[in-house]
Amino acid sequence: MTRPPLALVLPGLLAALTSIAPLAYLFDIASDRGLDFVWDEIWQQRTIELVARSLFLAASVSIVSVFISVPAAWLVTRGDIPFRSGWRVLLALPLAIPSYLAAFAWISWRPSLAGFTGAFVVLTLVTYPYVFLPVCAALSRLNPAIEEIAVIHGRGRSLQLILLAARQVRGSIATGALLVALYVLSDFGAVATMRYDAFTWVIYSSYRSGFNPSRAAILAIVLVLIALALLFGEKILRGQNESLLSARSVDANPRHRVSIKPVAIAFLSTIIVFALAFPIWRVVTWVYRYGSEDSMADIATALWHSVFFSGLAALATIQLALPIGILAGRYPSRSTTLLEQSTYVTHALPGIVIAISMVFLGVRLLEPIYLRTPLLVIAYVALFLPVAVGSIRSAAEQIPDSLDEVSRSLGLSQWGIVRRVTLPLLAPGLLSAGALVVLAGMKELPATMLLRPTGSETLATRLWTYTSVSDYAGAGPYALAIIVFVSIPTAIASRRL
Amino acid sequence: MTNTSILSVESVCKEFRRQQVLTDISFEVPERAITAILGPSGEGKTTLLRLIAGFDRPTSGTLALRGKVVSSIDVHLPPEQRGVGIVPQDGALFPHLTVEENIAFGLPRNQYARVDEMLTLIGMTSQRNSRPAQLSGGQQQRVSLARALAPSPELILLDEPFSALDANMRASMRDEVTAIIRKTESTAIIVTHDQEEAMSISDRVVVLLSGTVAQFGSPQEIYENPRSSHVARFIGDANLLSAIVDKGRAFHAIGSSPCSSSAQRVIALVRPEHIRLAHDPQHGHAGVVESRSYFGHDGTLEIRLATGEIVTARLPISELADIGSTVFVASIETATILEN
Repeated sequence: MTRPPLALVLPGLLAALTSIAPLAYLFDIASDRGLDFVWDEIWQQRTIELVARSLFLAASVSIVSVFISVPAAWLVTRGDIPFRSGWRVLLALPLAIPSYLAAFAWISWRPSLAGFTGAFVVLTLVTYPYVFLPVCAALSRLNPAIEEIAVIHGRGRSLQLILLAARQVRGSIATGALLVALYVLSDFGAVATMRYDAFTWVIYSSYRSGFNPSRAAILAIVLVLIALALLFGEKILRGQNESLLSARSVDANPRHRVSIKPVAIAFLSTIIVFALAFPIWRVVTWVYRYGSEDSMADIATALWHSVFFSGLAALATIQLALPIGILAGRYPSRSTTLLEQSTYVTHALPGIVIAISMVFLGVRLLEPIYLRTPLLVIAYVALFLPVAVGSIRSAAEQIPDSLDEVSRSLGLSQWGIVRRVTLPLLAPGLLSAGALVVLAGMKELPATMLLRPTGSETLATRLWTYTSVSDYAGAGPYALAIIVFVSIPTAIASRRL
Repeated sequence: MTNTSILSVESVCKEFRRQQVLTDISFEVPERAITAILGPSGEGKTTLLRLIAGFDRPTSGTLALRGKVVSSIDVHLPPEQRGVGIVPQDGALFPHLTVEENIAFGLPRNQYARVDEMLTLIGMTSQRNSRPAQLSGGQQQRVSLARALAPSPELILLDEPFSALDANMRASMRDEVTAIIRKTESTAIIVTHDQEEAMSISDRVVVLLSGTVAQFGSPQEIYENPRSSHVARFIGDANLLSAIVDKGRAFHAIGSSPCSSSAQRVIALVRPEHIRLAHDPQHGHAGVVESRSYFGHDGTLEIRLATGEIVTARLPISELADIGSTVFVASIETATILEN
């Protein structure tokens, strides 16, 4: 109802443009050789097989993730197992392990895993928390009385209770599964390491081969369309989901007796051993056994580059995300929602797609900054804008309208309210959103690989270079650095959000 | 009380999505008085308050502050220029500021003396550096009031200021807030759905029913001479008996009153506390006790009369007859006659 200040609208439009522009350019490249060529590429058998392979991988990983996550989530929120909250933290941690790192840990142990099996195992182990976390959250908001009634009526076996709870939080399960599918489709590290011909890997290869940029662009667009469909589905399900949960928040989760406790504990331990302990153990072994090939100075330089690029990206992302987040959170209307949604388009854009569209953009239009820091930072901004916008928007939404109204009645202008009320209240949220962008940037592989300034190696690109030639001794220190400086802080930062 | 009016509301209407929320609202708010806007939830009270504060614009009609039009078809003074203070339901203190900073929020810089004055007024000098999260609900509400009063607004608006507090707290807060408003000689509008609250703290009551002003007057006027049975039922307990007019008198089940109405059938209002039980049929009208409620200080009986109508009588405990017994009902006050 109130008009947002122009000082917010203009930067907001600019930010939305940043995230849409690369996509528009991708269409341009794709249609370079005419629309007939586009259709021919899409209706080729190898393209259709590629779609089938990618979807099969995404579906398998999603389904298995659900079967792992739902019982695990129930056990740590409702079961009477010891150290519930400790288990919960440990089970969420694999989210912080980069897929290329996990993939390399596995393939270096059993090279025969290459292909579907390896990609499936690794992606399941790093993405199941996308189901686990929302299901945990939904279960804690679920009315416990329903389960208590089931127990009173003699249906209190753990499996019966898990099925009962699963039926009630099916919305959260479905949204989580779609997120997993979205992640699998856009993952580059695991499928590249496992040499599984999924979308991202094929896009990268046809870009690398250099003969056919249009094919890379066309495949990228197909991938984006599939991802958008998934994202759209997730949004619809999320809307339906809410009504199932009880309005009051449940302070203490009830503890139900778990029928076969040793089996339950063994189940949870197995997940953690495979998803968390195994990759860490592998990395530590390499470093312990082979020491380091590179000097400490090389490693420190790579770490510095990682911090520098992603630090810049965090500053730029927050700058651009702030106006959109405030507009969407404080001045909800059809146009501000549209503005916000436009940034979500990049959420469906895999890193590799952003990366090659930026390459095209760089080569043709932005030659002066191609393979220089600014273009890499722009790519990071496009990639991480949705994350930052999302967390700023939800923080802005939590500010009650009455604070704005009181401020106006005390004589403040719209801009005065943003300056004296909204921004100070958002400050803690901005800090953690910034931290998350830094960490995400340090982990990011495909865009960094294609766009980093010539000669500037980061932790992720070093690790990639060594792993692609199976050089464990070289890879070890970088992998360890990523775990220590990126994964663990990521886990801590995302817990506080 | 002076007769100068601070706010005049004239024929204000408000529609939301083609739905009429407020229809033809007119009343005046006198200076240095407390005016209550009283009505059931969801009947436009808060909408009216938002129009006065300037957060929304009326669809038609005029609002004037001290004679100056602030809202009309072609005028809209934004809230930040109206000089109208607000105290929202939840207090709405700025969580990132201390008590002191909250109170100073609407003041020009460095007005320490005024902040001190307000802190003393609400008796919270020692908590000046506390954060809102450390305060109780009542304290938050007091700070919110001080913040609204600090810039000496022409008018302050309080939106259900006590409804978020628990019952024992509510009465003492009510007295305290009224005292502060009186002491600072402020003009206030309090929105409430609680008729007892409205009656006890205000000088004027605007009864808002179904989006229209059902009645506007002093609490006593409204209680004793409600303009309609609707108002009578909303303000306190009411026995509404059907009455027939004959030669300037209205006859109802437990007596008659003078009546100037030209209508044939009217409604007689008898308050439960005006009913007494007589000892014999000469002094009362027979009825059978259907139920009784015990309140400690007194009690009520529901009595079915010969006409089939049920009246509620508020009586001392010693007069509470048993269920099923026959009693003789009389009214000690002349019934008020209502036309609708």
